[in-house]
Amino acid sequence: MTIDSGRRPAAGEPVGDVGVTRPGPTRRPTSRPAWLGQHLGTAVVGAVAGYAVGHWLGNQIASAYPNTAGASGLNDTAVVLGLAFGVVGWLAGIGALNYPLAKLVGREPVTPEPQQGWMRYFKYSTDHKVVGMQYLVTVLVFFFTAGLLAMAIRTELLTPANHFFGPDIYIAVVGEHGTMMMMMASSAVVGPLGNYLVPLMIGSRRTAFPRVEAASYWFFAAGYLVILTALPLGGFPTGWTGYAPLQTQSAGGMDSYLVGFGVIGIGMILAGFNLAVTIIHFRAPGMTWNRVPVFVWSMLATAALLTLATPTLVAAGLFGVLDRTAQTAFYVTEHGGSQFLWQNLFWFFGHPEVYIMALPGFGIVAEMLPVFTRKPLFGYRVAAAGMLGVALLSFFVWQHHLFQSGINPDMRPLFMLTTELISIPTGFIFLVGLGTLYKARIRMEVPMLFALGMYFNFLIGGVTGVFLSDVPVNVTVHGSFFVMAHFHYTIMGGLIFALFGGIYYWTPKMTGRMLDQKWGKIHFWTMFVFFNLTFFPLFIVGLLGQPRRVFEYAANLQVWNDISSTGAFLLGASFLIFVGNVVWTMVINPRTAPANPWASNGLEWQTPTPVPYFNFERIPVVLNDPYHYGDPEPAPVADLGAGLAMAVAGATADPSTGLDPR
Amino acid sequence: MPDAPAPRHFRRMVAVWFVLSAVTDPLFYFLAGPHIPPGKMTSSANGAQFDFNVLFIIALPVVIAVWVYLGYAIWTWRASRGGPEPVAGPYSRGHLGLQTGWISVSTVIVLGLFVFGTYELVVPAGAGGGEGPNPIWSPASKQILPVQVIAQQWMFTYRYPTYGGFETRNLVLPADTNVAFHVTSLDVIHDFWAYQLGVKADANPGQDDVAYTSTGSQLGRFMVRCDELCGIWHGAMYNTGHIESAAAFQSWATTQEQTLAATTKLLPPFAWTYTPDANGADGGFYPDNRDPYNKVEMYGAQKVTS
Repeated sequence: MTIDSGRRPAAGEPVGDVGVTRPGPTRRPTSRPAWLGQHLGTAVVGAVAGYAVGHWLGNQIASAYPNTAGASGLNDTAVVLGLAFGVVGWLAGIGALNYPLAKLVGREPVTPEPQQGWMRYFKYSTDHKVVGMQYLVTVLVFFFTAGLLAMAIRTELLTPANHFFGPDIYIAVVGEHGTMMMMMASSAVVGPLGNYLVPLMIGSRRTAFPRVEAASYWFFAAGYLVILTALPLGGFPTGWTGYAPLQTQSAGGMDSYLVGFGVIGIGMILAGFNLAVTIIHFRAPGMTWNRVPVFVWSMLATAALLTLATPTLVAAGLFGVLDRTAQTAFYVTEHGGSQFLWQNLFWFFGHPEVYIMALPGFGIVAEMLPVFTRKPLFGYRVAAAGMLGVALLSFFVWQHHLFQSGINPDMRPLFMLTTELISIPTGFIFLVGLGTLYKARIRMEVPMLFALGMYFNFLIGGVTGVFLSDVPVNVTVHGSFFVMAHFHYTIMGGLIFALFGGIYYWTPKMTGRMLDQKWGKIHFWTMFVFFNLTFFPLFIVGLLGQPRRVFEYAANLQVWNDISSTGAFLLGASFLIFVGNVVWTMVINPRTAPANPWASNGLEWQTPTPVPYFNFERIPVVLNDPYHYGDPEPAPVADLGAGLAMAVAGATADPSTGLDPR
Repeated sequence: MPDAPAPRHFRRMVAVWFVLSAVTDPLFYFLAGPHIPPGKMTSSANGAQFDFNVLFIIALPVVIAVWVYLGYAIWTWRASRGGPEPVAGPYSRGHLGLQTGWISVSTVIVLGLFVFGTYELVVPAGAGGGEGPNPIWSPASKQILPVQVIAQQWMFTYRYPTYGGFETRNLVLPADTNVAFHVTSLDVIHDFWAYQLGVKADANPGQDDVAYTSTGSQLGRFMVRCDELCGIWHGAMYNTGHIESAAAFQSWATTQEQTLAATTKLLPPFAWTYTPDANGADGGFYPDNRDPYNKVEMYGAQKVTS
């Protein structure tokens, strides 16, 4: 395999085939067409068959017991087992179990040939670039599904007391929207951009555990289907927080919530430790810790949170499933359990989760700012320290969600302190951003607009977070629309703005095609204006006394609610611009992107487009951090030929070592 | 063209920031401040309003600083305005003094907010928030009216232990009185949010969650809403309470006590919680064996002898 990198070898630089041939296991040549193998279709068949088997088994086991739900008339054991077996069937259908099962029975597993063509996106691929694209499409589908539910909520809230939905439908929609958005956002950047870009940015040919990486995606996709089943099963009335004992008394949709979070949680853990190990162990020679791109720092902090916090969620969900099916009493006060246990476990996961959703956004904007200001990143170490500081502190703040709950009330000052402390490392991110803008040459391209929009929104979200951390103010705003506006400003205004900036920024690399910039600007401005139009009035609504998740509110709040609803519909419409842009420039009228449209120094832009299967012909030797913009003597970021530079970088690794990503 | 003296960017920004902050902060405090929810009906509402205003006055200059900087930077240094490529001088990768200053200032603000918030929480006896069954911050006064709030799907009822423990759906409070809300639930987690009173406490099954406030001279209605998602009719779980003069309250409460006496006898005896627990699965109403009519705990409440 030869790769034309379009780069002329410098004088004295060795040229040739060194390191191009790779040793690998003998592969069985495949001659059958791609659609005959295992792909999305067989996964769906496996999921349906698995659900049927599990449901039948559950009815065999537990049909004689009175079910805990009662209202739906469903046997919760059958639903839970159906969903669990469905996920197993899904994984078997896609082929995730082939390798471990072959190992289990002592056979040498067959590693399939790297696939080409569009069918590989529907298969169990261990190529981090394919997994990244799979994640990206699924995240967008997830986001738009949950976004439609958000517009349904705003439709119901158009009037104080006239109803578009019954209260049961409304509460199901609210819970479904929140849960789907949280599930989506926890992998929104780590999945697509983390998997796709981190190996390219650190000069690696693959991630550490490609099969784990593939499994993380297929768990994520299974989670989408599982949480969708909540709607036909009657929804769940608890919102995304799932508080017991309401959880224990709820109908069948609650099982989808618990199993769904469990499945998503497993995917998050897998994605997290794969990424963490990749960043720690798979950096190219010369990629020292103070040359690692700041996006990779954010991915490392996020990966640590994913790996350490998510197991709590999975365990808590398992307890909930057992309470509902096997009649255990983890969360049942009357039988020796405690409803506080769920609150504590859930938020012990839930607050790090909030930063799982914030840190990647910081990483994206900090990565883009130097490119669009033509200046080095201001305070690189401060940025890295800020991200790690936020990640560390996020484990010590969870009870600020429980200030009014009666759980260890004498600890409130401590949690007030830790919560307010977290604004210090968050402030680092602002220092880095503002410092980079100073005396810069700001190119207002579409990704830069999203980055600046993120700073605008996150400032409001962050400052209102300080209000929430103050216990006397919290007495008024806790559980109101104020909280809801606050976290939409941080997650939607922060993470989602950064994600769309990242999509505009990196799609030329990921797809080889350029999104239309004029329509991109229109998308940004409509999204920015209507986002603020939707969520800013909700601060006022919350302060004026409207609790979250209600379908009736005081009549004097209708004006503010209607402004918000109008904004929400227009915000939804702004995403049509994005979808239209994608369809037009990617499918109908594709335009080949320039190799490096933003003139970035990043290592990911030094690879050919489309990125070859092994990313780099040779493992590059990194010479500098990628932020040498405006330097009087610009230094190359990396030596892709990996020749003489080895000596300069003082690296010891053999650059010709190509690890087979499978 | 001779070189113009380098514009003093920081000085300009600080000037704009200072003027804007100096104008908007007092404007906010004097125009909006007195109307900030939840108002001034009780001590805890007053405290919440005061805290909100203080935080807003601190937050506004911070937000303005970032906005002024962003606006100035975009206006002055955008590429379409021409100008040379920026040169990566020694300060472009970081500036020790600036970074230290930023971190110091934010740390000082944060620690100040922590001290302020703790003072405002501890001194007004929990600031109207739920403090669990054994509050460590309570009012010094012993003249406290206990009101029990019982939440269930999907309504609130109230019991007045000092008036024989009658149960009603009307929440009436006397003016100029210390009130202790004892919030509990019969089924799932609810939250008692008396909006204008600045009181919020989760209603947990099997737990007595205490929140204190102190009514002032202001009479009138206030809104009570459930603030923790409790099932499909959560949005319809609200009612209205009243603050009346002490004399009006006294006559209302004694009348209620007499009118409802027959009903009160049929109710479960007054207790801190009403759900059976691990020690009383047959429906014991005193799961923790605490006497609800203990004079110390209930500020002199008298048990009715029937």
